[in-house]
Amino acid sequence: MLLFVVSIATFAIFFLVPRLAGMSADDLASRYVGKAANAQVIHDTAIRLGFNDPVIVQYGRFVKGIFTGVDRNYGPGIEHCPAPCLGYSYVSQNPVLPDILNRLPITLSLALGAAVVWVIFGVATGVVSALRRGSFFDRLSMGIALAGVSLPIFFTGIVSLAIFRDQLGLVGDVADWVPFSEDPLTWANNLILPWVTLAFLYAAGYARLTRAGMLETMSEDYIRTARAKGLAERVVVLKHGLRATLTPVLTMFGLDLGLLLGGAVLTESTFSLPGIGKYAVDAISNNDLPQVMGVTLIAAAFIILANLIVDLLYAVVDPRVRLA
Amino acid sequence: MSPFLDVKDLKIHFPTDDGLVRSVDGVTFGLERGKTLGIVGESGSGKSVTSLGILGLHKGRGANISGEIWLDGEELVGASQEHVRGLRGKKMAMIFQDPLSAMHPFYTVGDQIVEAYRIHNKVTKAVARKHAIDMLGRVGIPEPGRRVDSYPHEFSGGMRQRAMIAMALSCDPELLIADEPTTALDVTVQAQILDLMRDLQREFDSALIIITHDLGVVAELSDDILVMYGGKCIEYGSADDIFYRPEHPYTWGLLGSMPRLDREPTERLLPIKGSPPSLINVPPGCAFHPRCPYTERTGDKARTEAPALAETEGGHLVRCHMSPAERRDLWENEIKPVLETP
Amino acid sequence: MTEPQTQPATQTAPARQGEPLLSVRDLEKHFPVTKGLFQRQVGAVKAVDGISFDVYKGETLGLVGESGCGKSTTGRLVTRLLEPTGGQVMFEGQDITHMSQGRLRPLRRDMQMIFQDPYSSLNPRHTVGAIVGAPFRIQGVQTENGVKKAVQDLLELVGLNPEHYNRYPHEFSGGQRQRIGIARTLALKPKLIIADEPVSALDVSIQAQVVNLLEDLQNELDLTYVVIAHDLSVVRHISDRVAVMYLGKIVEIAERKSLYATPMHPYTNALLSAVPVPDPRGRAGRERIRLTGDVPSPLNPPPACRFHTRCWKAQEICKKVEPPLAELASGHRVACHFPENAPGAPEAPATGKDEPVNA
Ligand SMILES: Nc1ncnc2c1ncn2[C@@H]1O[C@H](COP(=O)(O)OP(=O)(O)OP(=O)(O)O)[C@@H](O)[C@H]1O
Ligand SMILES: Nc1ncnc2c1ncn2[C@@H]1O[C@H](COP(=O)(O)OP(=O)(O)OP(=O)(O)O)[C@@H](O)[C@H]1O
Ligand code: SF4
Ligand code: SF4
Ligand SMILES: [Mg+2]
Ligand SMILES: [Mg+2]
Repeated sequence: MLLFVVSIATFAIFFLVPRLAGMSADDLASRYVGKAANAQVIHDTAIRLGFNDPVIVQYGRFVKGIFTGVDRNYGPGIEHCPAPCLGYSYVSQNPVLPDILNRLPITLSLALGAAVVWVIFGVATGVVSALRRGSFFDRLSMGIALAGVSLPIFFTGIVSLAIFRDQLGLVGDVADWVPFSEDPLTWANNLILPWVTLAFLYAAGYARLTRAGMLETMSEDYIRTARAKGLAERVVVLKHGLRATLTPVLTMFGLDLGLLLGGAVLTESTFSLPGIGKYAVDAISNNDLPQVMGVTLIAAAFIILANLIVDLLYAVVDPRVRLA
Repeated sequence: MSPFLDVKDLKIHFPTDDGLVRSVDGVTFGLERGKTLGIVGESGSGKSVTSLGILGLHKGRGANISGEIWLDGEELVGASQEHVRGLRGKKMAMIFQDPLSAMHPFYTVGDQIVEAYRIHNKVTKAVARKHAIDMLGRVGIPEPGRRVDSYPHEFSGGMRQRAMIAMALSCDPELLIADEPTTALDVTVQAQILDLMRDLQREFDSALIIITHDLGVVAELSDDILVMYGGKCIEYGSADDIFYRPEHPYTWGLLGSMPRLDREPTERLLPIKGSPPSLINVPPGCAFHPRCPYTERTGDKARTEAPALAETEGGHLVRCHMSPAERRDLWENEIKPVLETP
Repeated sequence: MTEPQTQPATQTAPARQGEPLLSVRDLEKHFPVTKGLFQRQVGAVKAVDGISFDVYKGETLGLVGESGCGKSTTGRLVTRLLEPTGGQVMFEGQDITHMSQGRLRPLRRDMQMIFQDPYSSLNPRHTVGAIVGAPFRIQGVQTENGVKKAVQDLLELVGLNPEHYNRYPHEFSGGQRQRIGIARTLALKPKLIIADEPVSALDVSIQAQVVNLLEDLQNELDLTYVVIAHDLSVVRHISDRVAVMYLGKIVEIAERKSLYATPMHPYTNALLSAVPVPDPRGRAGRERIRLTGDVPSPLNPPPACRFHTRCWKAQEICKKVEPPLAELASGHRVACHFPENAPGAPEAPATGKDEPVNA
């Protein structure tokens, strides 16, 4: 349902808007064949790609490609693009989907790794801050957290690159992507800087959210009950307090992760990591419409998937949700 | 021989930004096993803070605590936090007012009882679960074997309070404190819970403290009654003392404010004028003097000198400057006739 | 405002002559229960399910019952804060059941509501003067010496200092806030006041102050009250007549004396017997009726007599035939097949009487 809306929206933005802005089918096609082509070639291409067809038909073709695959006439011959087909890049002529899928591991490594870091640090900092409200630790960590949410990622990224890689040589060259399956150590070593940089941004938000949540939870009646049972304070905090605080954290986590899987755009650009985010940036700067649409759809799919998982998890975490 | 629970001049003050909050400022009482003490007082008079103080729950959270709490020959105010924690739930347990907010929403009722039991008893989960089912049955929950796996929100208010009681009693405590156990409940359910508490107390032979603002509830259960005003104990005695021979003007005020079903309705209620005192700027002298109709009888003393809690006879303690004879005279000749005739 | 109105408020016994001020017939409110994406209706909460009563000028009708039985909903229906799903509400002979809000507006002056929570029912950012004076402005009422004077008179009337005019609600205690709320409702000299749990959020000593104030105002201004409460002692103290509700129905309605002295409905008996009595010596000897279980859900109320699931006198007929609200003694109506204390009525079928109460 939601994917359908997203697909229409992206389609409208990237196909319809240029047309409305006065670009002819030939203008569109000229991007596709390159600047050197003559008018006839451009025109033929436009027809071959169906740019002159009514919008609905074009959209229908796009959707059909996703569900059943399409046959693509690339001039010299016909190639079958199997479902789910997101079309072909204008620039590289490669099918979009495999390209994106190739980059997925990189974005996945980046996002999941950073997520682990920020959840651990964010939540732990939040809990400790809440329990020692007003202490030096609390004020310091909340100050850092404020910096974390306000500093732009390319700033922290470039600064940390300069310090840790260039000056101290502590970490590997980030841009050298090594798959986990090949060499986990190098994989981690190369990624550690982007992880920390990205996590810094998010951990700050999580620390603040957790702290606020913990402060509220720890004044609940059931915490008093837990203490009255004679539970050790550590158990009261972790089993009774944190458990209830984690529910909103979980929601935010799902949404954040979904968004990030669609491409950690700034981080990937800053560290020149060839992930989905970088792909999206390149696609946009090249005006490569099929790529842009593909990336958008994939990103939307991740967000929806993440939402779904969060909803399911919510019912696991909070029994009151199960009945409703 | 001192009583099982012996509280002497307990004071619990909280330093806050606005000033020192004297939530509990001189509370004294004793309680034996198998007996029930009722603590009454208006909102903010320090009832809950007193009970949490006995459980040691203010320790280490910035409160100034002084006085003595002797439980079974052991002093608790000076004891270590860890030691008092070991007694909590086992030797002394507590039931709270609103059973929905007092139970963790994410754990089943059974899990919460099992947890309480296993803190103090080294048993397997299965054994503890059997015990939880057994306890739920004893507090009158139908089909305890099935309901043990319910969450608190799946219970009705009365069932939740029963579950709360089951949890408090799971380690067979010798002292049970119930803080407004029925305030959130309907009358018919309240009656069920009060009956249950009475029966269970007999069965377990524990000492029971019941905190409430409802004189009716106190009268149903208590052997002794403590009346609190502005953090202080202002009158303490047997239930008979408080209901048939009350000596403090505030207690008279409470009795006159209350419409009663067991008597012909009076034409008018006799309220206490004004409102309860601030605990930060407690009125000097007798804290009740701005509202007391008899201030003039004690002259300037009411405003300048704090009355001490003094015994009139047979363990009946009153905090008032008037002489016992004068108070008894007022009660017999002025107050009682108005309260008891239509 | 303070000057007594033309009609003398001397009658102590409830005046039941003439037309009732408020007349309610078969009033119903069913809240739809919906489910899923398309808000499909899967049932209805029968919060109020066919109740009838009259309120006469100058009297106080008490409405009691346990939580969720529909007391507040009734109050809101009568003042048309909620739209009834069935039945009829007549105020001073006019049918206001489905009257438009525009036509209702002048009537709102005559019919006011006092709410339970003195903390949330006052806007914290408005001064006492603005709060109490709001009705004048909303209704565009002209006052003789200006709104300020009128408000100060009102404050004095409810026992507050007129100097409190420029203060904010948070500077007042619960009892004082309730007085502010009462002053607001009195601003337009209403004829009928519906008070929904006016004292249940207050401490005993303060509660008594407010109860006395309500009584004084009634005598002074010839007001008519419907007082909603769950505390049977308070209701007995201030009411002339009392209606007992159970699961959206009135099960018994009678003069105060007759209801408390000879309660006929088993539920009323159980309620009265459950009230704790502040008389420790008497506790051993008291006979008690103990109900088991809780009030069933109004979503699927038991059929016929709704009390049969908890009633110790229930027979087969109670599950099949709904007992009508019948007048068994003068002014005393009861909906039960086997009433207690009924004058002359054979107690015959009530065989369950000496059985223990479903212990
Ligand atoms: N941790 C705290 N810090 C500061 N003040 C506190 C604290 N705990 C309680 N108080 C204050 O102590 C006073 C007494 O509170 P307490 O809860 O004992 O009243 P209570 O008699 O139980 O009233 P109620 O009938 O409303 O429950 C209140 O004014 C409250 O605001
Ligand atoms: N807006 C609403 N939508 C759905 N159900 C409602 C709504 N308002 C009230 N109810 C339901 O109607 C029933 C009667 O509610 P009402 O508030 O009238 O009870 P009450 O007698 O005033 O109880 P209490 O003593 O708790 O105030 C309840 O079961 C309540 O859940
Ligand atoms: S000491 Fe004085 S002011 Fe205080 S209660 Fe006694 S008579 Fe009243
Ligand atoms: S009709 Fe039957 S079930 Fe209902 S109250 Fe009367 S005796 Fe009980
Ligand atoms: Mg309390
Ligand atoms: Mg209500």
